[in-house]
Amino acid sequence: MSTDGPDGSAPVRHGRQPEPLIPDGPARASANVCQAAGCLSMGSDQLFETLRAAVLARGLHDVAVRRVGCLGLCAAGPLVEVPEQGRLFERVHPGEPKRTEDLVSSLAGETVAGRSVAADPFFSHQVKVVLERCGTVDPERLEDYVATGGYEGLSKALTSMTPEEVIAEVVRSGLRGRGGAGYPTGLMWRTVAKAEAPEGKYVVCNADEGDPGAFMDRSVLESCPQQVLEGMAIAGYAVGAHRGYVYVRAEYPLAVKRLSSAIRQAERDGHLGPEIAGTRFNFQVEVRIGAGAFVCGEETALIASIQGGRGTPKPRPPYPASSGLWGCPTLINNVETFANIPSVISRGGDWLNTIGTERSKGTKVFALTGAVTNTGLIEVPMGLTLRQIVFEIGGGLAEGRKFKAVQTGGPSGGCIPESLLDMAVDYETLAAAGSIMGSGGMIVMDDRTCMVDVAKFFMDFCREESCGKCLPCRVGTEEMYRLLDRVTTGMATRSHLAQLEDLAAMVRATSLCGLGQGAPNPVFSTLRYFRGEYLAHIDDHVCQAGVCPVPAGPPAGATEAALAGTATVSSGGRP
Amino acid sequence: MSEVRTLVIDGKDVAATSDQTVLSAAEENGIHIPTLCHLEGLSDVGACRLCVVEVEGSPKLLAACATRVEEGMKVTTSSERLVAYRRNIVELFFVERNHICAVCVANNHCQLQDQARDLQLTHFELPPLHPELTVDATHERFVLDQNRCILCTRCVRVCDEIEGAHTWDIQGRGANARLVCDLGTPWGSSTTCTSCGKCVQVCPTGALFEKGRTVAEAKSRRPYLPYLVKAKRQGS
Repeated sequence: MSTDGPDGSAPVRHGRQPEPLIPDGPARASANVCQAAGCLSMGSDQLFETLRAAVLARGLHDVAVRRVGCLGLCAAGPLVEVPEQGRLFERVHPGEPKRTEDLVSSLAGETVAGRSVAADPFFSHQVKVVLERCGTVDPERLEDYVATGGYEGLSKALTSMTPEEVIAEVVRSGLRGRGGAGYPTGLMWRTVAKAEAPEGKYVVCNADEGDPGAFMDRSVLESCPQQVLEGMAIAGYAVGAHRGYVYVRAEYPLAVKRLSSAIRQAERDGHLGPEIAGTRFNFQVEVRIGAGAFVCGEETALIASIQGGRGTPKPRPPYPASSGLWGCPTLINNVETFANIPSVISRGGDWLNTIGTERSKGTKVFALTGAVTNTGLIEVPMGLTLRQIVFEIGGGLAEGRKFKAVQTGGPSGGCIPESLLDMAVDYETLAAAGSIMGSGGMIVMDDRTCMVDVAKFFMDFCREESCGKCLPCRVGTEEMYRLLDRVTTGMATRSHLAQLEDLAAMVRATSLCGLGQGAPNPVFSTLRYFRGEYLAHIDDHVCQAGVCPVPAGPPAGATEAALAGTATVSSGGRP
Repeated sequence: MSEVRTLVIDGKDVAATSDQTVLSAAEENGIHIPTLCHLEGLSDVGACRLCVVEVEGSPKLLAACATRVEEGMKVTTSSERLVAYRRNIVELFFVERNHICAVCVANNHCQLQDQARDLQLTHFELPPLHPELTVDATHERFVLDQNRCILCTRCVRVCDEIEGAHTWDIQGRGANARLVCDLGTPWGSSTTCTSCGKCVQVCPTGALFEKGRTVAEAKSRRPYLPYLVKAKRQGS
């Protein structure tokens, strides 16, 4: 159905909801307005309306104004991309009419403005597999996804491949779990496929992203939820499951909304539900919303939470692959892992295998945050160096500060110093450096950061998020936090430092789940590379970064001598 | 159907059935592994971590109570490192809440105290956390003292699995985790508690106990002496 446009001149197409302005013929230029959480918080929904009105007012009927997902450069939002001109317009605040006018005149072809995308190292170093459609498709329109090759992988798998062939393709791709641990995805799929299941199997997508500073999964779900659903359906076919759950944290309402809308649309068009692609395969997906516990990202806790229980982990084995949801074999993968799958199937596993390093294949999405100029969402091939990520993609440090460290892997990760910046980013090298790949948070720190304070921050996070089931994590994180607090307030001696190290080793070795086992990692990695800072706090009462409230103390050495004798008496006791 | 498995525990060849845990196989063969949250007859949760053992080929320590035996497994239940960790664990239990044995109702029959004695833990070095917690004495026969609770969840499990009432559970997380009756109501007003007392019997410490057993309640009744004296005088 078509009616006259608001200005009475040209027809405007209407869909079942108020539709973005799309010309009837091909668009000469399009203005893609980012509608992911970062830009939305700066008013990009209002910008969309303003821009649409402005384009109409100028009578630009061959220009499309569209809602799209994350455009990546979150630091400079609200963002608008004009892909035909290869231009990105930054900080188009709806309250600043000049910015919108510049954009509209550029769309009209009168001027050339905005940031050139092709020449910009922020974009040129990136390889997009997971984020292929982020920023190009409307996250709430299934048609956009299908028009860009969406659901081709699923129909290829269903109509021309056996489940075993699908698994073989995933194995060939060399894809490893993107949730953090890096377990080979194909191997996990095969384990679940081979498990006996008289009562069915399940596929679960872990979208309980909770690392401080990380927003990869959130952006993928907000920008292209269909890609994750397609990956899950392919997984369901491969392992023999007919039900899937997406476990999303409640703090991501927009992701939940778009995901639910995507499921509805996919069911409507027969990409999910019964008889998918005309075959006998059926697959249903449900959304489960978390209740704000970080530990529910741990797979056994996640299962307990989906079942309606208290989100606490269980000892493994048995692994969910053999006994998961309601005791049935369950495949649990992260959002990013599933988002890789459609490409692996439609383009073949060998294609993904050509990207990356010897043992880490493909790409990795990172949420680049902290003291860099270009904070945002990036996707890089495995094996790019940290220096390239921080200084080329990230554009170096903001305000011309000096680089100090980069933190990867969230609260279970570690801090990597400048001397290791030329290290290639993959699972093994990061682990060798005392950190982990993790889910993809990457926090850059400048010289105003105190590393003891960083360790304390993460320990505070862990003690807050400990579920309280096992003792080492419940009490150990609390005690480590107090010891770190002593260091930052100038109340610690070297014997406290020794206590901290012993405790950290014990918590790592004896905790029940990954949260507790990983909790001491920030302490270990900062001690490994920045021990001098700890000692400066303890011996000299100096915080080099000027962050910690250490009171000016007596000269070096005197404190320790004075306190060494009293330390055990003041803090000790008898059972 | 369980099958026979052979494994090596502390250098000793052991035969067990496939449904047995490392802990039960060890106990059967006279190898002692310290435990706290484990109790024969209840399901295992692997929460106290005292029973962690080394298994050859596994990079992580495993809780003996929650690990099934496997063919050819090589288990070490006691090494210098394990003993050190166990001492640390018991120390953390003591500093977490108020465990002053001298004034505890469970003094001398407390399993936490026993562990400390077995591991020769005479004092602790970490600063105690000692939060101020509540005591619920609303039940007519029993008392819950949160200050002594080690969150082993034996009471939760016995109430759920054996009595079938599920009066107890845990609320809050991390250091704020607490044993909770029904939906946080006082024990005395519980509508599910059958007053069977099983939770009191399985509690390893003095967190759940019968009324009349505390140090404070063990009062001498000195005022009765004048009555005795008077009675004696009048009688003579």
